[in-house]
Amino acid sequence: MQGVKLPVTVKCEINVLLIAVTVLGLLTRLYGIHIPASVVFDEVYYGQFVSLYMKRVFFIDESGPPLGHMILALGGYLGDFDGNFVWNRIGAEYTSNVPVWTLRLIPALCGSLCVPLGYLLVVELGYSHFTALGASLLLLMENSLIVQSRFMLLDSVLIFFLLLAVVSYLRFHKAPKSSLWKWLWLFLSGTSCAFAVGVKYMGLFTYLLLLGLAAVHTWHVIGDKTLCNVKHLNTIVVVRFLVLVVMPALLYLGFFYVHLILLYRSGPHDQMMSSAFQASLEGGLSRITQGQPLEVAFGSQVTLRSASSKPLPCWLHSHKANYPIRYENGRGSSHQQQVTCYPFKDVNNWWIIKDPSRQSLVVSSPPRPVRHGDIIQLLHGMTSRFLNTHDVAAPMSPHSQEVTGYIDFNVSMPAQNLWRVDITNRESDRDVWKTILSEVQLIHVNTSAVLKLSGASLPDWGFRQLEVVGDKIYKGYQQSGVWNVEEHRYGKSHEQKERELELKSPTHDDISRNLTFMAKFIELQWKMLTVRNEESEHKYSSLPLEWITMDTNIAYWLHPSNNAQIHLIGNSVTWTLANLALFIYVLLFLTYLLRRRRKIEDIPEACWEQLVLAGVVCSGGWVVNYLPFFLMEKTLFLYHYLPALTFQILQIPVVVEHLYTHVLRSPSQHKAFGGVILAALCSVYFCYRIFSPLTYGQPELTSEELAALRWRDSWDILFRKR
Amino acid sequence: MEGRCGEGSHTQSPSCAAVRSRKPCMDTGKHREKASSKKTEPRRATRPSSSDTRGLNGTSTEKRLRYSDCDYTPLCPLLSVAALSLCTRFYRITEPPHVCWDETHFGKMGSYYINRTFFFDVHPPLGKMLIGLAGYLTGYDGTFPFIKPGDKYEHHNYWGMRGFCAVLGSCLPPFAFLVVLELSHSTPAALITASLLIFDTGYITLSQYILLDPILMFFIMGAVLSMVKFNHQRLRPFSWSWWLWLLLTGVNLSGSLGVKFVGLFNILLVGINTAWDLWRLLGDLHLSLVDFMKHLIARMFGLIMLPLFLYTTIFAVHFVILNRSGPGDGFFSSAFQSRLIGNNLHNATMPEYLAYGSIITLKNLRIAGGYLHSHWHLYPEGVGAHQQQVTAYLHKDYNNLWLVKRPNSDDFTWNPELIRHGDIIRLEHKETTRNLHSHLHEAPLTKKHLQVTGYGINGTGDPNDLWQVEVCGGKKGDPVKVLRSKVRLLHRSTGCVLYSSGKTLPKWGWEQVEVTCSPYLKETPNSQWNIEDHVNPKLPNISLHVLKPSFLEILLESHIVMIRGNSGLKPKDNEINSKPWHWPINYQGLRFSGVNETEYRVYLLGNPVIWWLNLFSLGLFVVMVSLCCVALQRGAKLGGTKKAHCQVLMEGGGLLFLGWLLHYLPFYTMGRILYYHHYFPAMLFSSMLTGLTLDTFLQNADLLFSPAVSKYILRGGQIVLLVGILHSFYLFHPLSYGMNGPLAHDPTSSMAGLRWLDSWEF
Repeated sequence: MQGVKLPVTVKCEINVLLIAVTVLGLLTRLYGIHIPASVVFDEVYYGQFVSLYMKRVFFIDESGPPLGHMILALGGYLGDFDGNFVWNRIGAEYTSNVPVWTLRLIPALCGSLCVPLGYLLVVELGYSHFTALGASLLLLMENSLIVQSRFMLLDSVLIFFLLLAVVSYLRFHKAPKSSLWKWLWLFLSGTSCAFAVGVKYMGLFTYLLLLGLAAVHTWHVIGDKTLCNVKHLNTIVVVRFLVLVVMPALLYLGFFYVHLILLYRSGPHDQMMSSAFQASLEGGLSRITQGQPLEVAFGSQVTLRSASSKPLPCWLHSHKANYPIRYENGRGSSHQQQVTCYPFKDVNNWWIIKDPSRQSLVVSSPPRPVRHGDIIQLLHGMTSRFLNTHDVAAPMSPHSQEVTGYIDFNVSMPAQNLWRVDITNRESDRDVWKTILSEVQLIHVNTSAVLKLSGASLPDWGFRQLEVVGDKIYKGYQQSGVWNVEEHRYGKSHEQKERELELKSPTHDDISRNLTFMAKFIELQWKMLTVRNEESEHKYSSLPLEWITMDTNIAYWLHPSNNAQIHLIGNSVTWTLANLALFIYVLLFLTYLLRRRRKIEDIPEACWEQLVLAGVVCSGGWVVNYLPFFLMEKTLFLYHYLPALTFQILQIPVVVEHLYTHVLRSPSQHKAFGGVILAALCSVYFCYRIFSPLTYGQPELTSEELAALRWRDSWDILFRKR
Repeated sequence: MEGRCGEGSHTQSPSCAAVRSRKPCMDTGKHREKASSKKTEPRRATRPSSSDTRGLNGTSTEKRLRYSDCDYTPLCPLLSVAALSLCTRFYRITEPPHVCWDETHFGKMGSYYINRTFFFDVHPPLGKMLIGLAGYLTGYDGTFPFIKPGDKYEHHNYWGMRGFCAVLGSCLPPFAFLVVLELSHSTPAALITASLLIFDTGYITLSQYILLDPILMFFIMGAVLSMVKFNHQRLRPFSWSWWLWLLLTGVNLSGSLGVKFVGLFNILLVGINTAWDLWRLLGDLHLSLVDFMKHLIARMFGLIMLPLFLYTTIFAVHFVILNRSGPGDGFFSSAFQSRLIGNNLHNATMPEYLAYGSIITLKNLRIAGGYLHSHWHLYPEGVGAHQQQVTAYLHKDYNNLWLVKRPNSDDFTWNPELIRHGDIIRLEHKETTRNLHSHLHEAPLTKKHLQVTGYGINGTGDPNDLWQVEVCGGKKGDPVKVLRSKVRLLHRSTGCVLYSSGKTLPKWGWEQVEVTCSPYLKETPNSQWNIEDHVNPKLPNISLHVLKPSFLEILLESHIVMIRGNSGLKPKDNEINSKPWHWPINYQGLRFSGVNETEYRVYLLGNPVIWWLNLFSLGLFVVMVSLCCVALQRGAKLGGTKKAHCQVLMEGGGLLFLGWLLHYLPFYTMGRILYYHHYFPAMLFSSMLTGLTLDTFLQNADLLFSPAVSKYILRGGQIVLLVGILHSFYLFHPLSYGMNGPLAHDPTSSMAGLRWLDSWEF
C-alpha cells in the first residue's frame, strides 16, 4: 500500500472519499423511503408512541428510555403529523395525514451517517485510508443495516450514536495534550454515550466498554511520572470523570425531564402510576381529585387504592353478595358480605371513615383529622357494612384471615371492626392522614392482621374480583399491604339515601398538588424497569446463537396483493467474512500475546498496541453487544444483533490490513491477496444486489426467484398463493 | 529457631525475591524431597525443609527468602480454634429431635441410598451419598420416611448424619485460619477470621443439620486451602509437597462440584488463579519451554483430569448403588429405565412389532423428554383453538396411553396387522377417547409451530387426525419395532411433524411440557419418539433386551436432566422470594423449625454484628487497595513493612475478593428460585477478607498516629473486635441453639429487643 502515491492535496483526497461514501450512504438509505406507504413491522409499535407525543398524552414504554421515541416524534413534528392514525396492524395503509417520508427520515439519516463514521473509526484506529474505505463499503452494502435504517425504527439511531461516541473518544485520545479540540471531542463522546443509552438501554454495553477503555488510559496517565504536578493530574482525572460519568447521567435525567414536560395529559397508562403521579397529569385523575380536601377526617368519604399494582391496580370494594357457605373444596366461610379489590372505578368503592366512639357519619366542623395511630371503623358507603376481619380462613389464601363486611347472624361471631391507621411514610408520629400522599397500613386491632391484597382472584361467586385478606404474619414493608386515599370528600349527608346520591356525584374543589421532578423520574424509571409484559415467543423471534450464522430472518412487510416484500436479511458474504475476521483476529492476538510473553517480538511495539486497540474496539464492541443477550430472558429478534454486527464488520478491514502488511511478506503473496480482497468485495456487491429486492421491497419477484433466494431452509420467505 | 523466624519476618518481601532466586530454589527442592520424604505428616514437613534452605543458601538475597520459608503454623491457636468450633457445632446437636427444613429432602435421599432406590434430584450425588454413608455407619437403617419438616425422629438414629455434617462444618474455621495465615502471615488476622466463623450463628445453624451446605463448604474451603498452600510451594516445583497440594486441590474441586453445581464457581476461582500462575511462569525466560510444558501438563492432570475422573467415579458409584426402580424413573429414557430392578422395562416382555389395535405409550427421545399425554382440560380461551390439551409429561400415568387405529375404521376383529413405515394411522387417547389432532393455529408457546390438540368424541374426528408413521432410517414397508425404532409422526394435511419443544406450559397446562407440530422437518430428537409400553393381546409377548446405555450416555443424560430440573425451579407468583441483594445486609433469614410461641424455634440468620462488620470491611478493603494501587502507580516510595502490607492486600486480599465476587455475583443472573443460604460460600471469602483487611488496617494505624499511640490502637482494636464478637454471639446464640416461649416482641422473650430489623422473623 505504500507504493500507491497519494495526490499532493492529501487532505482534499480524504474529504472526497469521505464525501463519496457519505453520498453513497445517503443514496442507499434514503432512496424511496416513503415506499411502502404502509406500516412496516415495529413501526406499529413505535408509531403509537409518536402519535401520543403529538397529542401530548402520557405513556409508559418499558422497552427503553424516552429519547428514542422523542427522536422519532421529532420526525412527526417536522412533518406536522397530528397523531391521528390507528397503529394496530402491520401492513395497514397510511392515511394522507401521516408524513411517512419525514417520519422515516431521521433514522435513515442516522443510518447513512454510520457509513462515514465507520470510515473515520478505522482511520482513528491508525489504519490506512484504503482500509477505511473498505470498512465503509462493507457497511454501505450491508442489507440488514439498510433495511433497519429505512423505517421508523431505533436501531440505526442507536448505532449512529455508538459509533460517534467511539470515534470522538479515539479523537480525544489521540489529540495533542490540552488543546481545546481535545476536550471538545471528549465532550462529544460523553454526549453521544448519553444519547445512545437514552435511545435504548442496550447502549449501556458500549458505554461501559468505553468507560473501561477510558479507565485504562487514565490509569496510564496516573502512572505517567513525567506529570509531576499533582494538581494538574487531579484536574485531568476529575474532568474525565465529570465528562464521561456525571454529564451522561445528567443528560439522561434531562431526557426524562423533556419527556415529562412534553407529555402532560393523562392517557392509557395512567393506572400503572401512583395516585400522586396521576394527579400531576392534566385530565384523568387530576380532573377528579383537583380540589379534594387534603386531610382525611372522621366522616370522610374515601376510595382506597392498593399501592401494589400486581396483578392489577385496584380499589377496596364491597358489594351485596356474601361469601358462599361452603367453598368448592369443602371449607366453610362466615357467609358474611364479600370484601374484594376491584380494578375499575365504581360507586361501591366508597368507604366512610368513622370514629368508633361517636355515631356521626359526617365531618364535624372544624374537621377532626385522622392521625397516625388512630383507631377507626370503615363503613361501606352503599351497603353500610363495617369492614371486619376474624379468625376464619380466607377463600383463596387459607393461611390468612377472611375480610368481610360484617353481618350479625347471631351465631356468637362478634364484630371485630376496629382498625388502627399506620402511615408508613410518616415524618412524625402525629402525622395527619393525607389524600393521595399518605401510604397507609390498616392494622386490625383484635388480631393485628394487616389488610392486604393477596394477589389471587376469586372464582365466579366473587365475580373474578381480587381477593383481600387479613395477613397475620405480615412482615416488613409490602406494597400489597399499603393503601392510599385516592378520591376523597367530606361527608355531609346524614341519611343513607342522601349519602348514596352524594357518593354518586363527582368530587370537586380547588387545590393542586405537584410532585417534584426527581420523584416523578424515580417512579417512572422504576416502573419502566419493573413492569414486565407477558413475554411470549413471537413468530419471528430467535435465539442469540442463530444470529451469528444468520439462521433466521424477519419478514417486515408483504405487499397486500403481490409478492413484493421486505425482509431483514443481512449480506451473507459480509456476515461470513466478519466471523472469519473475528476468528483470525483472535488467533493472531493469542499468538502474538504468547510469543511476546517469551520476548519474541514479531511486530513492532506500536503496531501491537494498534492491533490491541483495534481489537478492544471492534471485537470488544462485538462481545459486549452480543454476549449479554444469552443472559436475557426477554423475546429477542435478529435486529438486536445489528450493533454487534457493525463492530464485527469493522474488524474485517483491520485484519485484512494487518495480514497484508505484517503477515504476508513477498510481493507475489501481496498480489494474490489483493486479488482475494477484490473478489471478496465483488461478491459482497453481488450479494447486496441479489438481495436488494427484499431490502427495498421492489421490484416484485416471481415465486421461482423468491424460492431461489431462500438460501437457508430456516428462512421464512412468504409466497402469495395465486 | 523461633528467634530467627522473627528476624526473618522483619525483612519480608517474599515474592520479588522469590522470582529472582528461582534457580537455587529448585535445586534445594530436590534436597528437600529427600529430607522430607522421611516424614509422614505433611504439615510438619515444611519445618525441617526450611532449616534445610537456610543451611544451603547463605547469600543476602536468600536471607530474604527465609520469611516465607520458615513460617510455621502456630499450633496452639490452631488447636484452640478447632476445639472451639467443634464445641459450638456439637452443642445441642440432637435438638430439636424432629425434621428441620431441608432435612426432609436430604435425609430422605440419604435413606434412598441405604435402600438403593433410584431417585431424581437437581444436585449431583456426592453430598447425599456421604450423608447416606454416615447414616449407614452410625446405624441408621433407612426406614424413617422424612415426609415433612416437624416429623419426630423418635427411635431412629439421626444423630450420626447430623454429627457428620457438624464435623465437616467444624473444619471451616480451622481451614479459614490456615488460609488467612498463609495469605497474610499474620496470626491475629487468622484469629479474627476464625472467630468470625466460629461465633457466627448462621454457620452454626447451617452445620448442625442434615444439609448439603456444610459438605459443600468443606470442599470449597478445602480447595481454597490447598490452592493457597500450592501457591506457596511455587519455589519448589515438582517436590512432593507441591504435588500433594496440587492433587488435593483437584480432589476438593471434584468434591465441591460433586455436591452442588455451585462448585463451578470454585473451579472458576482455581482456574483463574492457575491461569495467572501459568502466565507468570511463561514470562519467566529462565524457564525453558519444555519446563513450562511440564508445569502445564502437571496442572492439567491435577486440576482437570483428576477431578473429572473423580467426578465421573462419583456418578459411577451412584448408579451402581441405586439399582432399584424408584420415584425418579420417568425422568429418564426407556433405555435407562431398563437398568432398574422393578421397572416394567427391566427384563420386559411385550409384542415386538407395532400393530393396529395396540395400546402404547410414546416417549420423546429428547433427553428428559416426556410421554405424549393428554387430559380432560382444554386449552384456555385465546390460546389456539379451544380444544383438549396435549402435552408431554414426565411421570408415568394412565393418561399417557394411546390406542393405534386404522385411518378409516375402528374395527379390530380380524387378525392383527402390523404397521409399517409410511402407513397412515390415527391415535386415540385411551382415557378421553379424543384423537391426536393438529391444525393451522399457532402453538401456545412456540409460535412458529402449529397447535396439537385432542379432538373428536369416541374416536370419530376429521381428516386432521391422520398421521403418517415414519421410522427413522427405514424404508417403505419396514415394521415398527417397539422400544428400538425411532418413530416420527407426520401430520397428513399440513405436513408438519409431532414435536416436543421442551418448554414448560404455564399454570393452565399444569406446568407440563408443550407438544407442537413443527413445520421444520429436520430430524432432531425433539421430533422423534419411541414406543415404550405396548399392549396387544392378539400378539405374542417376546422378551426384549433393550440396548443397555453406556455409562457415558447415562452420565450425559443425568446431567441434562439435572440442569433442566435446576432451571425449572422458578419462583412462584405471589411468593416473597429472597433476592441476592438481601444477603450481604442480612435482610432476612430462613425458618428452620417452628413458627409460633409454643414451638421450639430455630432460625437461620447470620450474627448481624459479624455480617455488618464484613460488609463494612468489604468497603474498607476496596478503599485501602485503591490507595495502595494509586500509590504504587505514582511510584511512591514505601517502606519495607508498608510494601509488604500492600502486597498482602493486593495479592491475598485480591484473591479472596475475587472468590467473594465469583461466589456471589453469578446469582444475580440466575432465573431459578434463590434462598438466603446460597450466600454462605461467598460469606466464607468475605469473612477471610475481613480478617486480613482489619488486621492490615490496625497495623497501619501509624500512618495517622504516633508509633506509641498506634500500638495501643492495634491492641485496643483487637480487643474491641474480640469482645464485640463474643458479646454479639452471647446475644444471638438462641437463634441457633433454639428458642422457646414468646416471640421477640414480647419483653420476656430471650430475644427481646434483638429484632433489629423488622424483616427478621423471630
